[in-house]
This record gives sequence, C-alpha cells and structure tokens, in this order.
Amino acid sequence: MQRISDTGRLNASEERLRNLLLRGLAGDNLAYHAFLQELSAHLRAFLRKRLVGLPDEVEDLVQESLLAIHNQRHTYDAGQPLTAWIHAIAKYKLIDLLRRRAKRDLLTDPLDDEFAFASASDTEAADARRDLGKLLAQLPDRQRLPIVHTKLEGLSVAEAARLTGMSESAVKVGVHRGLKALAAMIRGDA
Amino acid sequence: MRTDDLVTMLAAGAGAVQPNQAGRRYVTAIGWGALGAALLMATLLGVRPDLAAAILLPMFWVKVAFVACLAAASLLAALRLSRPGLRLAWVPGALTAPVLAIWLLAAVVLTRADAAQRVGLFFGDTWNSCPFLVAMLSAPVFVAVVWAMKGLAPTRLRLAGAAAGLLSGAVGALVYCLHCPELDAPFIGIWYLLGMLIPTAVGALLGPRLLRW
Repeated sequence: MQRISDTGRLNASEERLRNLLLRGLAGDNLAYHAFLQELSAHLRAFLRKRLVGLPDEVEDLVQESLLAIHNQRHTYDAGQPLTAWIHAIAKYKLIDLLRRRAKRDLLTDPLDDEFAFASASDTEAADARRDLGKLLAQLPDRQRLPIVHTKLEGLSVAEAARLTGMSESAVKVGVHRGLKALAAMIRGDA
Repeated sequence: MRTDDLVTMLAAGAGAVQPNQAGRRYVTAIGWGALGAALLMATLLGVRPDLAAAILLPMFWVKVAFVACLAAASLLAALRLSRPGLRLAWVPGALTAPVLAIWLLAAVVLTRADAAQRVGLFFGDTWNSCPFLVAMLSAPVFVAVVWAMKGLAPTRLRLAGAAAGLLSGAVGALVYCLHCPELDAPFIGIWYLLGMLIPTAVGALLGPRLLRW
C-alpha cells in the first residue's frame, strides 16, 4: 500500500517533523505550529498526486486532513513511523472524499461537474473553496465562542472563561467538541 | 479560510495532550462493559449454583483461558485498528492460536470418547442457547468498546468493527463462564466460538457506519 516515492520524500524530514509533533504534544505550541505548517506542505504534495483529475479538491482536502490530524493527534504512538500515521489519515480522508463525490454524482448530472472543472480558475493554491470560517459561524455559541476566543483571538482559557461566563473546563470541552463538529460538518454528517 | 490561517487557529492554545489515551479508553470501556454484562448475567441467567465446585475442575480453567486468550488478542487487534497506520502484524496469529488449541483438544477428546458419548460432548445440554446468550452478554461491552474506538481514529472501519465485536464477544463469553454448565472442549470450541462470532459479524456489518469520522 505504501508508495515508495512519497515515503522517501517525507523520510528526509520525517525525524524533524516527528520531533516537532512530539514537542507539540508535550505542550509546545510553537513547535506544534511549525509541525502543522510543514505538514500542510507535505499533505498538499501527497494529495495533489492522488487527485490529479480533481485539482480543485486538493486544498479542501489538505484542510480537512489537517483538522482530522489535529483532532486525532492523541492517537499518534511515539514508537510508530510518523509517515505511516499521517498517510493513513490522509488516505482515509481521501477515500472518504471520493465516496462522497461518487454518492453525489449519482444524484446530480455528472456533466455539470465536468463543466465546473473546465471553468474553474486556478486560484490561490493555499486557499480552499470551502470556507471553514463560514462553517465555524454555524457552530453553537458554547463551541464557537471558546474557539473564537482561544484560537482566533489568542486569549487564554481563563480569559475566555471569564469573558463568556463559562467554566474553564467548559471552554476546553467547547474547543474540542467544536473542532470535531467542524470536521463532521465537512463530512456532511451534521 | 486560507490554510495558513487554519494552521494558526489549530495551533493556538493547543496545549499538551494526555499520553496513552487509547489504553485508558479501553480499560474504561471494558470495565463498564464487563460490569454491564455481569449485571445482565446475574439478573437474567444467574451464576451456576455449583460454581464453587466447578472452579476446582481443570476444564473450567481451560475454558476461561481459551476465552481470555481470545479477549486479549482481540483487544490488541482493536487497539491497533484504533490508530491510523498501525499494522496488525502478528495479531491474526494470536487470534487463531487459541481456536486451534481448543479444536485440537476437542479432537483428542472426541477420538478418545465412545461413539455414544460424542454427540453429548459436542452438543452438551445448552447448545441451542449458548451462542445467543454469549451474544446477548456481549451487547453492553460492544456499546462501550465502540465508544472507546470512536474517541480514537480507526481507518479500516469494517475490520475495526469486527475487532470491536470479537472483543465484546470474548468479554461476554468470559462473563458467561460464570453461568454456563458446559465444560467439554468440543462444546466450547464450537458454541462459544459461534457466540463470539455473532457480535463479530455485527461489528463488521455496522463498523463503517458506526465508526466513521
């Protein structure tokens, strides 16, 4: 199942990436930020190769995979090769996307889709068509506000708790559940 | 949203992650699931009245060991299938070994027995209820194990569902040992196994739907 060329490419920086992730999991947010940033470049290359016919989907799927990897970061086992973990998640999301598309194509006229490709402009590569910001706005307050305060405005959990009148643990739970709900919205579950 | 903005958002205040959450989730799930199964067994079936005498028989412990080995192997399978990118490696071997061992023992028992006894060794007195009671006792465990799995990240959903089913079947069967009057290897090798395979099949069937993330 593993494709040599991709694993080879990722291997070069795997150790570095793995260190960043492990530091991030231990609580170093700067290292975690660097990890996610490098990871998004790797994911883009990995997914672009596998979505040759669907270039417009690449950035959406990069973002979806990033969100999945973040939400599921507690499942990384330090004894395990990082590439195997990342690729398993990215492939899972890729297959999920293709299934969703197949299901949708059964319901709609596939010709419409072809037309959409042809006319789609090559916009900024790092910008997705799906707007996560808009999805975020659809979350209930108890999830949206903790995310907005702690993750967009950079407040601490304690400050966000004071501002919203929620308890600190409710803020943490709100962030956690909100990000999961975001992933579910993308899948079309909610 | 630009990907860079998403990265910044995800990293902001991300904080430390508790290590070994998978192990902890499974301990919790199996604990609550087994408790549920034990309550079901105690209220609906009852502990076998001669349990004190039965635990002195070696075959009682052979039966418990068979089921416990399957529970341990299926727990390993479930743990591995709950995390992306982990291979099953030697786990299928660990799953088949106890089955082969009990079948071997059953074959020895059957060949040594008189022709007239063989039917009794195979069917016992409860063959037509045993698999269903094991499956029933596995239900609370199944719910708990699926909860544990949903908090992790299985990527092979059908296989993960089957592992969850087998694990709950084995824990259910372990609880059922406290009720079940049967001790013959041929009986255990077929009807217990069948009882554990019912939730396994249910798990494989429901896995893709229940475990999607």
